[in-house]
Amino acid sequence: MSADQRQDIPLTVAGRVFSSRLLVGTGKYRDFDETAAAVEASGTELVTVAVRRTNLGQNPDEPNLLDALPTSRYTILPNTAGCYTAKDAVRTCKLARELLDGHNLVKLEVLGDDGTLYPNVVETLKAAETLVNDGFDVMVYTSDDPIVAKELERIGCCAVMPLGSLIGSGHGLLNPATLEIILEHAEVPILVDAGIGTPSDAALAMEMGCAGVLINSAIAHARQPVRMAHAMKLAVEAGREAYLAERMPRRASANPSSPFAGRINA
Amino acid sequence: MHIQLNGDQREFSSELTISELIDQLALTGRRIAVEVNEEIVPRSQHAEMHLSPGDRVEIVHAIGGG
Repeated sequence: MSADQRQDIPLTVAGRVFSSRLLVGTGKYRDFDETAAAVEASGTELVTVAVRRTNLGQNPDEPNLLDALPTSRYTILPNTAGCYTAKDAVRTCKLARELLDGHNLVKLEVLGDDGTLYPNVVETLKAAETLVNDGFDVMVYTSDDPIVAKELERIGCCAVMPLGSLIGSGHGLLNPATLEIILEHAEVPILVDAGIGTPSDAALAMEMGCAGVLINSAIAHARQPVRMAHAMKLAVEAGREAYLAERMPRRASANPSSPFAGRINA
Repeated sequence: MHIQLNGDQREFSSELTISELIDQLALTGRRIAVEVNEEIVPRSQHAEMHLSPGDRVEIVHAIGGG
């Protein structure tokens, strides 16, 4: 192996090492059985959850998501989905830390509006700073802006997660050229969060050198979520292998794979 | 005693601690986190901390999300 070949180093986020580069969201599944089966098929070790008000006085025996996804097996990544201000996002992270017995790894997202779920970058930057200063390990959802990505890194976020396209849209990577710039300058793991629609989108992100991808809707809203979870696992692995292998150069002209020498018509 | 619980106005007959509130709501032993007036109340303080009239209490748990 020559020295300049790409080496496979496992995904490391704030000192935690993961063998899978696929992160899976747990929203939108039919029930916790389907969630657990899809999460299992995906091979993920890192799953996102949301923090919400407990339903009071409705069903005391209601099943708990954290029973379906044992913390002994999965690293739980609580998100701040639904927060529109830095203040609410910080409160949500503190609640999550209490809920998960001091666990300090969080996915920060501060949204701008209901229609686009586009990140509010100003509030995201504020929240990131507060959380990092409070000892949180912050994986941050953001727009695909190279300057903002670098700023979030400077603040101390342990991973920067630009959107590929709008949350839940399934449009894939709409701006690979910008993602390329983010990747080129990054010193923390860059993961595509949001927009992945199908395994080829995930493979493309990985081939480009993303450290991982976070997928929810593309699995949960597939006709067969468990099968799609497996497909995403394969895509992420294939994309990563391709990134390490480094693709052939593109050429303007054809180049035969079979030798010219020895042809019967020569 | 009047408190705001998960956004709703609620009346409780007497003074109570967080632990007693959780018990009355049949949430004892559940994986929840509690915030009072926007400050986390660690589990270790649930038994001692008394609620005051007008407190804003949030009780949350984990659900599916991306």
